[in-house]
Amino acid sequence: MNSSASAPAKTPGWRQWLTTDAPASRRQARLSAWYRSWLAFRSNPMAMFGLVILLLLVSTALLAPVLAPHDPFAQNLSTRLSAPGANGYLLGSDTLGRDILSRLIYGSRITLYIVSLVALMAPIVGLFVGTAAGYLGGWVDIVLMRITDIFLAFPRLVLALAFVSALGAGIENAVLAIVLTAWPPYARIARAETLTIRNADFIHAIRLQGAGALRVITRHIWPLCISSLVIRVTLDMAGIILTAAGLGFLGLGAQPPSPEWGAMISAGRKFILDHWWVATMPGLAIFIVSLAFNLLGDGLRDVLDPKKSAR
Amino acid sequence: MRSDNSKTGIAIDGLNVWFGEGENRVDAVVNACFTVPEGSSFGLVGESGSGKSTILRAITGLTPTWSGSITVMGKNLGRSRDRAFYRTVQMVFQDPYASLHPRQTVDHVLSEALYLHGFDNPDRRITQILGDVGLSRSFRFRWPHQLSGGQRQRVAIARALIIEPTTLLLDEPTSALDVSVQAEILNLLTRLRKERGLTYLMVSHDLSVVGHMCSDMAVMNRGKIVEMLTVDHLRALKATHPYTRQLLEASIQKRRETAQ
Repeated sequence: MNSSASAPAKTPGWRQWLTTDAPASRRQARLSAWYRSWLAFRSNPMAMFGLVILLLLVSTALLAPVLAPHDPFAQNLSTRLSAPGANGYLLGSDTLGRDILSRLIYGSRITLYIVSLVALMAPIVGLFVGTAAGYLGGWVDIVLMRITDIFLAFPRLVLALAFVSALGAGIENAVLAIVLTAWPPYARIARAETLTIRNADFIHAIRLQGAGALRVITRHIWPLCISSLVIRVTLDMAGIILTAAGLGFLGLGAQPPSPEWGAMISAGRKFILDHWWVATMPGLAIFIVSLAFNLLGDGLRDVLDPKKSAR
Repeated sequence: MRSDNSKTGIAIDGLNVWFGEGENRVDAVVNACFTVPEGSSFGLVGESGSGKSTILRAITGLTPTWSGSITVMGKNLGRSRDRAFYRTVQMVFQDPYASLHPRQTVDHVLSEALYLHGFDNPDRRITQILGDVGLSRSFRFRWPHQLSGGQRQRVAIARALIIEPTTLLLDEPTSALDVSVQAEILNLLTRLRKERGLTYLMVSHDLSVVGHMCSDMAVMNRGKIVEMLTVDHLRALKATHPYTRQLLEASIQKRRETAQ
């Protein structure tokens, strides 16, 4: 009945609803805050470029069976090492005559799998350790931060190598190895943020309302730490992809015949002078995705950085 | 002052507060004694660094390094404070720009307080308290950055009062606000005290604010209480301690200047 009355002003209506100064519900307040961030993010063309590439990557991974022109594992030794464009291989074929484009498309699934596992695990470990150390202080801080220092002292790739060779090669172990070496910087950032927040009046105020340490940390400190962590994670993603590719290159990550990009570069290394495309194509894929993550991270920093938005 | 016919809200006896240890020890409050009868309003006056805010922080437990005795509503306080204490004693901070969480809406701030103390019916209580502090319903879901200083301080007062405490500690609640807004907040606090029978312990550097709000006051200088007097005595210019006279003269001087 009432819908006819509100229908005509629909297009300006929802925008107004999102940008209102006096939201009428919890949902509207949250949505309008998100919408404002989105508007700020959208005005940054480089960040949008990064976001578009990553969305393309995600849809490529989802639609891999539809998009891939060939089976990524199908070998055809008579057309091995075809140049890009020859024999119907858009990006050429590798040493066993497998279509590189199809392998890149399927490989995006592995890349995304590694990236999302690391992005889910490392920052959360770091957030727990860092905020607990920063907020509780005293001996908790000393113990947790010394552990962090120990992990920080290991060279990343070497520790990952040792870990993978101890547990066996494979994507899951490679991810674990990366997480093990990736969380300490997040703990440091979270602790530094917590130290600046914990003596703020609004934290005193919630303590004076009787909130315990756990609630203060999870409900009041985390929301302020998360944005700087998200920025850092996005910027680190390039490094994580490269580490995963490095492990693959050394034969300690994904195992053949899985089309992991690093492993593909490694396989093409032998022919790099005569058949450049075998190593170059996966290299380009890694480069583009890493660049996209960096651009996205820069854009997110502009939008989310609490020091900037506080002004 | 120490009349026995009214109950004691806050009693401070021989309170010392210090920061740091050994060589670096700074005594912020030395041997402070005063009592605030239940339902009355008591002011602590002094310049910045005189230790008046430190007394509030010792009462609330934010500063753990103190000795002496603090009694609130007949309960002698130890090192730690339980939730029941925070149920009866709440605090309003000086700077409303720092005392509200930047990522929480007014609604979130108020419902968190209700949740922590297990109150029922949050919707009704939030609408009610917003009305009480003079904010319209449209403010409920706003973010702090959408509010002015005076509006923020009203939210901070609402946050303190929504769990229905009996005692309110006010740490210079108006000094970060514009002069025109100051009077509004002071009138609001006076009205709320009358309506709810609250006990106020108010800290201020401004004699006129304390004179407006409180019935009794203590003047602090360098961590010590130098004089206790009633506001009537103050108005009659019967202050005896030279420091109080100095403050009083400065206050009168300031008022003359603003009048001109």
